[in-house]
Amino acid sequence: MTLLNVERIKLFSTRSPYWCLAAIAVAALGFATLFGLVEQGDAALPYIFLRGVGLGTSIFMVLAALSVTTEYRFGTIRNTFLAVPRRPAVLAAKTALLALMGGVVGLVMAVASYFLAKSLAKSPPVPLQLTSWDDWRQVVGYGAIFAIAAVIAVSVGTIVRQSAGAVAILLLWPLVLEGLFSLIPTVGEKVGPWLPFSASDRIVAPTTGIANLFQPSGNGPNALQGLLVFAGTALVLWLIALVLLQKRDA
Amino acid sequence: MIEAIGLTKHYGSTVAVDDLSFTVQHGTVTGFLGPNGAGKSTTMRMILGLDNPTAGKALIGGKSYVHLGKPLTKVGALLDANWIHPNRSARSHLRFMATSNKIPVKRVDEVLDIVGLSSVAKKSAGKFSLGMKQRLGLAGALLGDPQVLLFDEPVNGLDPEGIFWIRNFMRNLAAQGRTVLVSSHLLSEMARTADHLIVIGRGKLIAEASTADFIARSTRNSVRVRSPQLAELRTALGAAGVAFTEVPGAIEVTGAPIEQIGDVAGAAGVTLHELAAQAGSLEEAFIQLTGDSVEYGTSRTAGTGGYGQQPLGVQPAPGFTGPPSAGAQPNSPPPISPPPMGPPPMGPPLTGPPPAGASTAPVAQDGWDRR
Repeated sequence: MTLLNVERIKLFSTRSPYWCLAAIAVAALGFATLFGLVEQGDAALPYIFLRGVGLGTSIFMVLAALSVTTEYRFGTIRNTFLAVPRRPAVLAAKTALLALMGGVVGLVMAVASYFLAKSLAKSPPVPLQLTSWDDWRQVVGYGAIFAIAAVIAVSVGTIVRQSAGAVAILLLWPLVLEGLFSLIPTVGEKVGPWLPFSASDRIVAPTTGIANLFQPSGNGPNALQGLLVFAGTALVLWLIALVLLQKRDA
Repeated sequence: MIEAIGLTKHYGSTVAVDDLSFTVQHGTVTGFLGPNGAGKSTTMRMILGLDNPTAGKALIGGKSYVHLGKPLTKVGALLDANWIHPNRSARSHLRFMATSNKIPVKRVDEVLDIVGLSSVAKKSAGKFSLGMKQRLGLAGALLGDPQVLLFDEPVNGLDPEGIFWIRNFMRNLAAQGRTVLVSSHLLSEMARTADHLIVIGRGKLIAEASTADFIARSTRNSVRVRSPQLAELRTALGAAGVAFTEVPGAIEVTGAPIEQIGDVAGAAGVTLHELAAQAGSLEEAFIQLTGDSVEYGTSRTAGTGGYGQQPLGVQPAPGFTGPPSAGAQPNSPPPISPPPMGPPPMGPPLTGPPPAGASTAPVAQDGWDRR
């Protein structure tokens, strides 16, 4: 708990987390507002109007990665290690704080965006109701995505130790790398949906009714499998980060 | 007490620290000297567990830094004043460090007061001048009220006022009975602050001695004599068996105490116009000692020799390479004239124990302890 508190003090005594959180709110609520208003909410499906929250995932990953890389950039990581020489404890505390924060931010943003869009959309294509688990999953799933994405970001930040590199990897990997991979004939089609960030999308993807619109081939993981692939990736990266952190000079 | 035992650090094929062993005694200020690139910082980082040694280990009070438990309450360190987040306030910077070692937050305000930063505690540390950052670093080192302190080149880049402040600050810490290891590449600076010196070059131990002993042995000590009756004086000195050299308008006596020269002159009835002890410069001694271990030295024969072919060459100072006037005057140690140190603000004086203390360990032919 002490170390969690230390990381909290470090994170919130600089300005960047506030900017990042504001940007996430703008992206999430802005997208929900847009789809709630346009054509009286004619396209207001949760999977679509929560894309803004999905964009927020990228912003949150930048925030999480910077929480590590700025420590290296300004040398405060040495102060941290002088105060707490057990490095695994430092990494665990940092990861826990950002995963926890990610979970809360993702959940709050998704729920807020959902009810904002619901209140704005006059004629949604399907009734916006949270009755079944499947309805809930498409909203609260963002909490899990944010939390796991935070673990990936902290790990990547610890591995590359510099801001530009970490941010480039975290933005290009889901947006470009996995997108390009799926263009490879046969293999791309089969393996593409199983890549970590594509798989993470299945956590919040609809499976009934309009599902065919987004999942034409029917390939790839279901929500639970997607969660496991994403979480597994995070775990592997985190262990690599842990080993490197122990081995390298601060 | 800090112990380095066979500390070695390789960066690829470069050897930064090479089998370095030394001990920093409890309750002393020990100067850690060496030219730039000698491995001082790397050694300090290994002592503090920031860098992993390739071989060997460093212990603080018998334990490695990682196993100290609440290390800030036992060891304080200021290695680099720029290790701060520019947008974080001075107070927040100290607050996270204090929290990590369960140090009460009111101690943060205390140390800010000690270093005189209370009025700017809420300001971003990035806006601080170097002197202020240095003070913030010292505040961080003092947070846990540790008995052992490590400072890496604390006066580097500071203005005279800042240097004066830091120097007094370190004296105060020593007077309180704390163990201080402070690195520097300036011998003259260390002569004012340290009791003991550990000198390294290219990662290897060159000397470990008390400061007074070090200065006495490594500076050229001679006596300059001016007289209207130089001829008579030469004869008298020759009769007394005192060696001297001619310099324009005077003679220079090495290897004899100043009192003896005065006595000889008086007995011969020679009038003296000047009788002055000449202390060799500390810089000269230091360069002499570390000259061939400078990492990026300039070639003395620039243009003719290849780059870095020759180490920084310096003519050996008389009396340095061997014991003073070997065999001639065994009972006349050169007059020790350490630079003025001034009375410390409190506690025991900072001058080290008499040079005799250093001779208990096996010493090499030239008197340096080269363990």
